[in-house]
Amino acid sequence: MIFTIAMLVFPLVWTIYLSLTDAEGSVRAPKEIIGLDNYIEVLTDTARFWPAVGRTIVFTSGVLIAQMVLGMCIALLLRRSFRGQGIIRVAILLPLVATPVAVGMMWRLIFDPNIGPANYLLGLVGLGPFPWLAGEKTALATTMLIDVWQWTPMVALILLAGLTSLSDDIDEAASIDGANAWQRFWSVTLPMVWPSVVVAVLLRGIDALKTFDILYATKGRGGGSFNEVETLNVYAYGLSFDYNEYGLASTVLILFFALIIAAMLALTSRNKER
Amino acid sequence: MKRLPAMGIAFAMAVPLAMSGCGGEASEESSDVVHVTLANHVWTENIKAQFDDFTAQTGIEVDLTQLGEDQLSDQYNVKLNAGSEDIDVMMYRPLQEGKMFAHNGWMADLSDKVTSNSDWEWEDYQEGPVTATTYEGKVVGVPIITETEVLYYRTDLLESSGYDAPPQTLDELQEMAAQIHEDNPDVAGFVARTGRTAAVTQFSSFLFSYGGDFDDGSGNATLDTQAAQDAYEMYGGLIRDYGPANVSTDMSWPEAMAVFTQGQAAFYVEANSLYKNATDPANSQVSDTVGFSAFPAGPAGSKPYNIPAWALGVNEGSSNIDNAWKFIEWATSKDQTLLNQQAGVPSARTSVWNNPEATKDYPADLVAAAQAGAEAGIGHDRPLVVQVAKAREVVGQPIVDAITGKDIESAIATAQSDYQGFLDGEE
Repeated sequence: MIFTIAMLVFPLVWTIYLSLTDAEGSVRAPKEIIGLDNYIEVLTDTARFWPAVGRTIVFTSGVLIAQMVLGMCIALLLRRSFRGQGIIRVAILLPLVATPVAVGMMWRLIFDPNIGPANYLLGLVGLGPFPWLAGEKTALATTMLIDVWQWTPMVALILLAGLTSLSDDIDEAASIDGANAWQRFWSVTLPMVWPSVVVAVLLRGIDALKTFDILYATKGRGGGSFNEVETLNVYAYGLSFDYNEYGLASTVLILFFALIIAAMLALTSRNKER
Repeated sequence: MKRLPAMGIAFAMAVPLAMSGCGGEASEESSDVVHVTLANHVWTENIKAQFDDFTAQTGIEVDLTQLGEDQLSDQYNVKLNAGSEDIDVMMYRPLQEGKMFAHNGWMADLSDKVTSNSDWEWEDYQEGPVTATTYEGKVVGVPIITETEVLYYRTDLLESSGYDAPPQTLDELQEMAAQIHEDNPDVAGFVARTGRTAAVTQFSSFLFSYGGDFDDGSGNATLDTQAAQDAYEMYGGLIRDYGPANVSTDMSWPEAMAVFTQGQAAFYVEANSLYKNATDPANSQVSDTVGFSAFPAGPAGSKPYNIPAWALGVNEGSSNIDNAWKFIEWATSKDQTLLNQQAGVPSARTSVWNNPEATKDYPADLVAAAQAGAEAGIGHDRPLVVQVAKAREVVGQPIVDAITGKDIESAIATAQSDYQGFLDGEE
């Protein structure tokens, strides 16, 4: 109870309180209650807030779809036993054990437009340099690629756990009935492994929504010179640590919290319907 | 059964709390430890090597925390906001954070301390740096590093393109960058910081040399003046037209310096204090062919920034302020300052600059460039406001728009309007 109050309720209540004040500069400085002014300011901000909401949704849905598809492919591959399976399993899981900040910095070097190996390799196969993280329009997609590289193994691991618990009998029966591989996957395997899919979507979805480290490590403060990878998390961080505008930062965080709760409820309610 | 975990959690929380109470008492008793937070910098590396000397002189141990610039800034925001006592001495950027920290009441008043020791001699400090570490008439910091913007260049590339001297004006810089880039298509004619906020400081010397500034000091934005427009176009155009291929708009000094030191650029504008990155053979592939010259003149002359980049201050919440001052007094003494200056860190003490021993190991052309910058330089390299980070984003946007070839007039008009709104809000 004390733990819950200290670690969950107090920070939430304090953040709600700050979101209703004009706190800036120092959180200990005198501040006034200004009602919903911060919420009005944030919700009418079409320059930074709403684009950040859009990027947050694009980033989350993009990486989630890619990770679920790739994760399922990897899990199906690893379900069958084959020579060298152990080595491949370890290799696939390696990105998981790296710290996201280190991962971000590593990929930043790899994707450096002038001295990075990514463009060098493209040059070897006759392709021109690609802007990767440097491009205003390509940076978000590149950070999504990095996220997919790091977290697909976790999805694969969850799905593999679900797949290995299934009996092969039904699959074999469907095969004898003449169902092809896709039909067997779509009509037999997927429905049975669905609870694992939901767990993976929930865990990874919430995690992707609040991604910060990779974005900060690759593009820095503000999500780049054009805010090109500025999601809600990066925006709230900037309001707090660059601008010291704690009232506005708290407002963004409360709205972000509401978005996460709404996404979670939507996902779980769809699962119940199913 | 449910009570047990709750009791366990309460106990788990009570133990650290009780221990932190003990820690508080212990720290009061053991005030012979001074907690110092420093940035990753050449100055820090030099002073770290001398800590034993400080302990031998005073009996005070130094507990050092060393962080990168951004992490350092975030650390201060969190800890000073919380009234934390575990920072005594803090290395900070007077022009970036000084006003904000002092405005928030996070910096101890050192006015009496700086005048308490005539041998240490506060009057020895240059006026500009002293102004930057003074807030509302109170001294809140002691400057440790000064910087001025100079031109780094490749002597071999100039020579092969038929030039026997570095450019004296910005127009000549543009012509020579174009010619060298044409003669050596794989080499950029010019490189500099490109990040929206990172570039502001290096862009400032262009702005001043065209006769402009960010504002008029009376709350009026001046980004749409002809001088500012020309400066934005020159800085952005140099990188856009002659910069590295496929240039990113996220470069701060480490990335831009890497392009130069890997032999991929002919000209580079940067702070003089970073020169060792270019002349040290361990870091630079062009260490033998680096030259330095004064910042090229614009229509208003050569007016680079000349600023106190870093200073030492004391946390207002510290319970160890006397020992914190002892550390600062030692670290900024004439002896330590001379050692640092000899190791490549430009000082804010006049006496050190007058000592021939202080600069004997510097490249002669760098000394000349720094002296020229000190004579004609401007005392700031970013807007002089409380919320510097926000202001830098606004005034820096036209730089990246110019680099990427966007509509510069529209970018400047937007920046002018946004910056005026920002200034109105600061009043």
